[in-house]
Amino acid sequence: MAALMLRFCCAGRRWTLSCVDGAFRQGRGPLTGSMSSRIRGQRSVAQHSFTTAQKLKKGEREWAAVVGLEIHAQISSNSKLFSGSQVHFAAPPNSLVSFFDASLPGTLPVLNRRCVEAAVMTGLALNCHINKKSLFDRKHYFYADLPAGYQITQQRLPIAVNGSLAYGVCIRSQHSQVANKTVRIKQIQLEQDSGKSLHDDLRAQTLIDLNRAGVGLLEVVLEPDMSCGEEAAMAVRELQLILQALGTSQANMADYEIQRQINELESGGEILNETRSFDYKLGCTVSMRDKEGKQDYRFMPEPNLPPLLLFDSESLPAGADPQQVINIDQLREHLPELPSQTREKLMLQYGLRPEYSFTLLNEVGLLEFFHNVMKDTKAKPHTVTNWVLNRFLGSLKQHSLAVSESPVTPSALAELLDLLDGRAISSSAAKQVFQLLWRSPGKTPAQIVSEQKLELLQDREALEQLCRATLEGHAHVVMDLKKGNPRAINKLIGLVCKAALNRADPTLIKEILERQLSS
Amino acid sequence: MTFLFSFFSLDHCGSRLGTKTMLGRSLREVSAALKQGQITPTELCQKCLSLIKKTKFLNAYITVSEEVALKQAEESERRYKKGHSLGNLDGIPVAIKDNFSTSGIKTTCASNMLKDYIPPYNATVVQKLLDQGAILMGKTNLDEFAMGSGSTDGAFGPVKNPWSYSKQHKAKRKEKPHAESEDPDWLIAGGSSGGSAAAVSAFTCFAALGSDTGGSTRNPAAHCGVVGFKPSYGLVSRHGLIPLVNSMDVPGILTRCVDDAAIVLGVLAGHDPKDSTTVQDPFKPFTLPTLTDVSKLRVGIPKEYLVPELSREVQSLWSKAADLFESEGAKVIEVSLPHTSYSIVCYHVLCTAEVASNMARFDGLEYGHRCNIDLSTEAMYAATRREGFNDVVRGRILSGNYFLLKENYENYFVKAQKVRRLIANDFVNVFNSGVDVLLTPTTLGEAVPYKEFIKEDNRTRSAQDDIFTQAANMAGLPAVSVPVALSNQGLPVGLQLIGPAFSDQQLLTVARWFEKQIHFPVIQLQEIMDDFSSVSENEKLPSISLKQ
Repeated sequence: MAALMLRFCCAGRRWTLSCVDGAFRQGRGPLTGSMSSRIRGQRSVAQHSFTTAQKLKKGEREWAAVVGLEIHAQISSNSKLFSGSQVHFAAPPNSLVSFFDASLPGTLPVLNRRCVEAAVMTGLALNCHINKKSLFDRKHYFYADLPAGYQITQQRLPIAVNGSLAYGVCIRSQHSQVANKTVRIKQIQLEQDSGKSLHDDLRAQTLIDLNRAGVGLLEVVLEPDMSCGEEAAMAVRELQLILQALGTSQANMADYEIQRQINELESGGEILNETRSFDYKLGCTVSMRDKEGKQDYRFMPEPNLPPLLLFDSESLPAGADPQQVINIDQLREHLPELPSQTREKLMLQYGLRPEYSFTLLNEVGLLEFFHNVMKDTKAKPHTVTNWVLNRFLGSLKQHSLAVSESPVTPSALAELLDLLDGRAISSSAAKQVFQLLWRSPGKTPAQIVSEQKLELLQDREALEQLCRATLEGHAHVVMDLKKGNPRAINKLIGLVCKAALNRADPTLIKEILERQLSS
Repeated sequence: MTFLFSFFSLDHCGSRLGTKTMLGRSLREVSAALKQGQITPTELCQKCLSLIKKTKFLNAYITVSEEVALKQAEESERRYKKGHSLGNLDGIPVAIKDNFSTSGIKTTCASNMLKDYIPPYNATVVQKLLDQGAILMGKTNLDEFAMGSGSTDGAFGPVKNPWSYSKQHKAKRKEKPHAESEDPDWLIAGGSSGGSAAAVSAFTCFAALGSDTGGSTRNPAAHCGVVGFKPSYGLVSRHGLIPLVNSMDVPGILTRCVDDAAIVLGVLAGHDPKDSTTVQDPFKPFTLPTLTDVSKLRVGIPKEYLVPELSREVQSLWSKAADLFESEGAKVIEVSLPHTSYSIVCYHVLCTAEVASNMARFDGLEYGHRCNIDLSTEAMYAATRREGFNDVVRGRILSGNYFLLKENYENYFVKAQKVRRLIANDFVNVFNSGVDVLLTPTTLGEAVPYKEFIKEDNRTRSAQDDIFTQAANMAGLPAVSVPVALSNQGLPVGLQLIGPAFSDQQLLTVARWFEKQIHFPVIQLQEIMDDFSSVSENEKLPSISLKQ
């Protein structure tokens, strides 16, 4: 189940530009604000349409970009949205295809309860109004991997509307500060995924794999409230965390698709300034004006599915079969902790700074790692946070590794921090131990400390002697200190520690030095 | 007006037929014969198969599943021998319209698109029949994808109405006596379930499934002199029925008497987890009660159904039927369904829109016909669909897509849906006013000769012929066509009873009472079925005498 079954992608980024003075407009009118600007309207065709209008300001052109997003998240469910076919990643081609998925004539859709619950939970987590009655529609277009010639979606009356998503963006000017932002959620709709076309250019043929055809998707439509790619990327990341917390979509970060999309979002903003669509299949952007002009999805109510009715505890019909009804209130009661709540708790419990709480959640697996270290160590939360977010995360980034690929286990780090906390080693020795742990994961910190003789020197006399020698050898620093530079003492401590091969406790050294200097 | 139907001592559902006349019996009677061992399932099956061969010229069947049928008959026979019969349908030969999926048996929809298509699964209704031990004789002919009202527009040729060859019709036919030896001026069977109606009418099976979207079961039933029942929408599963208009399609039942239709309905009805539009309420199979007193019955006669195109004969039979109800104590009242006249155009928009959508899946990729053109996917689609669909289907796809265009959707589709609601409300209002059942004609007139029929195009014909039947589909109501009498041409005329939604049992109860009063004559086909002794027996019966 933990496999990367989830594709999570933002198809259809919309950049709408407000033309401030209206004097000059680059003619892409029909697209402005268009919610469904995708040619095919499904997740695999990630089309980013950019509509720009230009504003002339004192003879200078300025572009005001607004980003809206349509995000398609694959619902975590055992079976497809309207059929009993299993959902598995990387199954042999066409091995998970029911008669309905292949659109055999006479087959009918049967709605998967789990997918409806996932949509309701997502709607609740995103502060949406849940429509107690929603409808399904057919969206028509011919495509080889769309067997029925239409996709069942919720165009007219989606399951959830009018929500909001709060997310944080780092302010670059004020290093590591987080600004809170909100983007409105227009709607969340349930829809089917398409199959996959595999183009064999060599033999000029296309192969169709229908394993994915009919898999349930949540389409989350974000209003164009974001002003740059980075904001969009952070909003998407937050949404991803929410979906993962809910378990409604795995939306796995390791998935290339989301990564590609985020990269695209982060880098694309300034470059693209015309109406273009990104064709996932071609791997490049194509102008979408022509297609957009002609494409008419000929939406029609899906006649084979009655309206989807949801209930709350008040409206629940008496004696209703619990298998046949969905109670919104019940789902609300069982909502798991959401990322914003998790961050709140971290800040409250450990006194974490807001930006640290964001980092802990944003890196896949990092929070769990942090908790595991916390569980096993006596070190203070502050120390653990510093080590996890700086040394540990820094090393991962340096080696381009995921948390799960780390050579240092949480328990090893916990043990290391215990040694540090119990003053068995100095902090610089601890850094050394960490590096060695990274290189030889089989060893424990204690082993490394003992092998490398990194324990703190306990011989008071030897330390006194080292201090005395340092004071004598660095008379100018002592002079400096005596002239009133308070920082000079740190330099002396550093010199002693270095002389002690990082095996001295700086606090103790400071105490000895101060005594020797005053005597 | 006085009641002018003549009474006969027995009708074709009666019980006086001898053992030699097995095929002429009703389903219930032949079922009793099987139970009593008067005939074995295999013998019965073989008799039907041999009659199917003899009546091949009717073109009622597209596929005759002889091997499957004989195998099923054998199994049934074993069950009977062990005394483990599965019920009323065990060993009963049935036919299925060729737009119901049958596992391992070709399901063509009378279209080149599906001419070699063999579904891997059974429609729920087919499975239910098989589970009851019914013997599947074959797949019956229709208009391509059920789009038509004559069973003349299929890829495998038109269905011929068995009554074209009946003694009754021949006797009355205004025709040069010598012309008939070549190819008589044969009549259409009605449609689109013409194959099923002809199969039941010609005694090649005891019940057949049709489908009914705008009258496709009731219309051919009326023309072929059999009972055609359209259940309430949502009562019988559509899973496996290749759709025409999903929101109106209902599997239909064609039998030789109302009682048989009730037996089949009892097997087919009920919630199907594979069809979300079937109602959840549990359905209990019923035995039709014998209605003796109709004094509490209120019969509505919709005044809008008295249209100028209605033939005088049908009109006269309609009013006689009303008199019959009245003379037996029922209250007959004129009622109004004010939006009736908008039904045809409304149906046209809704039907073509759904057709455009439903037909989108036939692209030559997963199943069905695929052309040889491989220049591009689009070129392949275009050629496949051009080769696979006839003009009628392509025409409806074109207009449906037009109605669904963004710029037209509000003006056509949404308006048509609103009109549909008004039409449905007309019925609700009438039934709420205390009317139990509506009595109407089924068709404008009797079956016409093929040569006449094809003078008009499919669309014109469908619009004319569906006029009395279509509204019941728009409103999802149960409706049944009961054969009432022969016309001056010796051809059957049917009248329709429509009831409130899910009043199927009550409707059939009334229909059965009605049927018992009128004694519709048995078709006399002895010239083409020389060993079919029931015919000769019935020949002695007086033919219907209508005093007009």
